[in-house]
Amino acid sequence: MSKLRLLFVKEAQASYISHLDLLRTFQRAFPRTELEIKHSQGYHPHPIISIVLPLPVGQSSECELLDFEVTQETDGRGIAEKLNEGMPAGLRVLSCYEAKRPVKELAYLQAALELEYDNGVPEGALAQIQALFSREEIVIQKRTKRKDLADVDIAPMIREVKWAEEEGKICAQVTVLAQNPGLNPQLLGKAIERYLPMCQPDFIRVRRQRLLDANGEDFR
Amino acid sequence: MDKRLERILPRVQKPARYVGGEYHAVMKDKDEVDTRIAFCFPDTYEIGMSNLGMRILYGVMNEMPGVWCERVFAPWGDMEEEMRKAGMPLFALESGEPITNHDIVAFSVGYEMAFPAILNMLDLANIPLHSAERTELTPLVIAGGTAMYNAEPVADFIDIVSLGEGEDITVELVELHRQARREGWSKHEFLCKAAQLDGLYVPSLYEVTYHEDGTVKEIVPHDGAPKTVTKRIVRDMDKSYFPVKTIVPSTEIVQDRVMLELFRGCIRGCRFCQAGYVYRPVRNRSRDLCAQYGMDSCNDSGYQEMTLSSLSTSDYPELTALCDDLEDFCADRHVNLSLPSLRADNFSMNLMQRLAKGRKSGLTFAPEAGTQRLRDVINKNVTLDDLLTSCKTAFAGGYNAVKLYFMLGLPTETDEDVLGIADVAARVMHAWRESAANKNRGVRITVSTSYFVPKPHTAFQWEPQISREEYERRVKLLREAMTTKTVTYNWHDGETSFIEAVLARGDRRLGKVLETAWRMGSKLDAWEEYFSLQRWMDAFAECGIDPHFYANRVREKDEIMPWSMISSGVTESYLWRERERAYESVTTPDCRTHCNGCGANRLVGGKCDV
Repeated sequence: MSKLRLLFVKEAQASYISHLDLLRTFQRAFPRTELEIKHSQGYHPHPIISIVLPLPVGQSSECELLDFEVTQETDGRGIAEKLNEGMPAGLRVLSCYEAKRPVKELAYLQAALELEYDNGVPEGALAQIQALFSREEIVIQKRTKRKDLADVDIAPMIREVKWAEEEGKICAQVTVLAQNPGLNPQLLGKAIERYLPMCQPDFIRVRRQRLLDANGEDFR
Repeated sequence: MDKRLERILPRVQKPARYVGGEYHAVMKDKDEVDTRIAFCFPDTYEIGMSNLGMRILYGVMNEMPGVWCERVFAPWGDMEEEMRKAGMPLFALESGEPITNHDIVAFSVGYEMAFPAILNMLDLANIPLHSAERTELTPLVIAGGTAMYNAEPVADFIDIVSLGEGEDITVELVELHRQARREGWSKHEFLCKAAQLDGLYVPSLYEVTYHEDGTVKEIVPHDGAPKTVTKRIVRDMDKSYFPVKTIVPSTEIVQDRVMLELFRGCIRGCRFCQAGYVYRPVRNRSRDLCAQYGMDSCNDSGYQEMTLSSLSTSDYPELTALCDDLEDFCADRHVNLSLPSLRADNFSMNLMQRLAKGRKSGLTFAPEAGTQRLRDVINKNVTLDDLLTSCKTAFAGGYNAVKLYFMLGLPTETDEDVLGIADVAARVMHAWRESAANKNRGVRITVSTSYFVPKPHTAFQWEPQISREEYERRVKLLREAMTTKTVTYNWHDGETSFIEAVLARGDRRLGKVLETAWRMGSKLDAWEEYFSLQRWMDAFAECGIDPHFYANRVREKDEIMPWSMISSGVTESYLWRERERAYESVTTPDCRTHCNGCGANRLVGGKCDV
């Protein structure tokens, strides 16, 4: 029995595959690898596979992780190639290896944000946004699990954010807490919407780029 | 990806159904193809992708060199609204390009309530609705599917109707269209030539006149079009295309499993069942090939569930042997086999144990009527004893849920027949008490009734649908008779079935009703969320058309049916004979017992493979 981890890309059309559908997609891809996924015990056995940090629908990522257990002994070599033969467009497995590090060591995620302005970036928007994100407290309203709105201060969840202006858009490189609690980088847009309504972009594109441990090293 | 689409998708439900890119979606270089086909399903992605016919023809067309067939589904309301707001025309999933300039726009139409969606999709694609408004060869709008056995309500909008099984005729039609474009034929020239191909019905080449009482007076073909168009079939199921490498959706669909088609047609001859008549004759796929296709399909798709599909799977001659053939493979690969429908007269626990290893949930039977007399009328040759024996076997074997399907409003139905349904449910309950393996788990018996819709090309095509008031009275009668606590009773709302009855046996004059209803907002009318009886009634009123003329009128024997230019291979005289036998409560044996002479055998050169 081996515990394996996949590193994969989820982009383009595949960004719209929901978390549950993604699990199903992988479940169907595994039989092609000749690996047998380990199933839970019990009356309704289900395959033991899990996505380490589910990606919100619509975002793309170059660093998704999926953990799974197989009944065979293997170090995962050759699995990525076999899986890639049967993936939908926009899903691509980069590597498969033994899962050694526990998920709890995952601390931060780094993402690229593109704030698109159809009529050009408003005058002074970059400076105002930079000022906003250097505040001690940035409170937004977020839906809780019980479906009501709650105020959340996202400032402590942002470890670092760098803003830059390009043609027709403002780009950001942001590092946020990954879990317990994690911050969806999309929510930076919520803060702009609340504090700087004049600087609200027409569209925000998010791409997850790196997963980091507490020391800022790649989490694999 | 289209920028407008990227902006829209975060705001709509289930965006994955609008982006394509699934495993085995066929991508081609558009500069290397000369024929672009938009294969449209007038319903949502989840429904359309569950349609085996769609998958077969998608494969067949994409195997043609120079042809790129792409899929198009109806957007859900939220998506449609966003698309219209963004000025985004209906697009194909593979290329993401608008289908406005595709060479052929083909619709697969399985049910009448999808008619409004055809109009809505044409409109979303910026394609003129009426065949007459489209004067060029492209886009050519064609349609096929079971609902096209009476295409008259959509005759104004469709250039060519393809009848029956499309594996061969679709290829012939695409080739003819290609030749027409190459040689610069006019659209009319092309349509006349197409009408010469067997199985193609060109509505614009038929002139229909009416009597003063509203019935059809005459149907006159012109420009050499045949008087009768007979459906096409695949003669040899072992040589027909089977989509082993087929699209695996990345989002959940209705039939999210391998669909292994064992045979076409049905030996039974239930008199109300359109599929039972129009898919004749029975043609089996050989057991070895079924097993091979099943295993290959599971291996390729990675699905761990496979359904053995056909109109009446338990009638497949070698079903048990086939299950045995698949047993080891399924065990190794953790594949669950399932059957779509069961007949109460040949249900076997032996078979069920093979299928559902471990999980035992519910079984579904369709006695259709509450008394033996009425079951004889409809030729559903199942007895109460059959049903009770099957239920006892199932309960003893650990099953604790049974669903029973019935119809209300069948010809000759009396209150006694309606109350008979409650009696059947009570007896099933009693059977459970007598034979349940474990009574502590309780039992769930669900009775569902639908509102009978007489369909064209069946023995009941002459019958009236009972009025909605009468239907509701019978529902109430049955509801009050269902006193057993463990029996849940569900009934269909009568509104949709009434409109379905109008459209099913409609003529060309309904084209303007359809268009009016669509302009008033009809689109995905197969969905409760979008259906409105009032809207349809307003459309009928605006067009000066009485829907009851179509739904609730008895047709005379010599009346010309609006669809009488179409033949399913079963003769009208046979259907009439079956109708008369129904009124005498005389049953007709299944085709395997002996040939009843329906006429469909001519399609396979004389002898059916029963």
